[in-house]
Amino acid sequence: MLVSNLEFLPGRKVVRHLGLVQGSSVRSKHVGRDIAASFKNFFGGELRGYTELLSDSREEATSRMLEQATSLGANAVLNVRYSTSSIAAGAAEIFVYGTAVELAEDVVTDV
Amino acid sequence: MFSLVIQAGIVVSLLVLGYLFGSFAERRHYKKIREREAKGTGLPVIASRYPPQDQRYHQHLVTGSTVVASDYFKNFLAGLVNIFGGRVTPFESLLDRARREAVLRMKDRARELGAAYVFNIKFDTTRIATGRLAAMEVLAYGTAMVPMDKALGLRSALSDDDVLQPGPVHAV
Repeated sequence: MLVSNLEFLPGRKVVRHLGLVQGSSVRSKHVGRDIAASFKNFFGGELRGYTELLSDSREEATSRMLEQATSLGANAVLNVRYSTSSIAAGAAEIFVYGTAVELAEDVVTDV
Repeated sequence: MFSLVIQAGIVVSLLVLGYLFGSFAERRHYKKIREREAKGTGLPVIASRYPPQDQRYHQHLVTGSTVVASDYFKNFLAGLVNIFGGRVTPFESLLDRARREAVLRMKDRARELGAAYVFNIKFDTTRIATGRLAAMEVLAYGTAMVPMDKALGLRSALSDDDVLQPGPVHAV
């Protein structure tokens, strides 16, 4: 499956548009992490636990989107966008969406 | 009276500790950012939706992200600035660091793929709030343009999951 946030690929033809595909994931960290993070908040610096949490969450949202694209028979998702919102203390929603398309077969199909 | 003194003492010591640790962390982070930026000049990141047409490229979505926390001193300063209004410089530098770090992580990922450019870079900034905690997440993402010959060589090495892997996490 080819995933890109551009709208077209030079030299590749879009055969079919399959519409919007999306995936989302809401996750929160266990209390221990939150406490550790609040200590870090006195001294500044990266909150590694949260960085990991959000990138895992983003991975999950993306794989849900790709599942949907696969079930539609797409071989690429173009114009992908991410959006993040913090919905409650310690929980964030990751949302990813894009356009599922079918590209004409080529020398390199999808990596 | 005595408890007031103790309370004031706690606040002052937190301010001092926040200032010392916070400014140390910030200086160290900026030094690392500058070093890595100087090393990575060979991979341009371009905020354009239109990919280059000079040769054939394979496209691959790459992301980089970081969550940064403010420190007690910065929060205090920001509170002061808030009274009179104006530029909140302590938070400006915090977000600048986070954004540059996210771009560097994204570029690391693109470099692993053998990309020549990263196109259509987008940023997503969110406040991650847990109680009193003020932390910001910055995500940078874009499309790595991998020249076709390199993409063919990489084809066996890459899998579907590769799209989703975040960039390597670097020490901050």
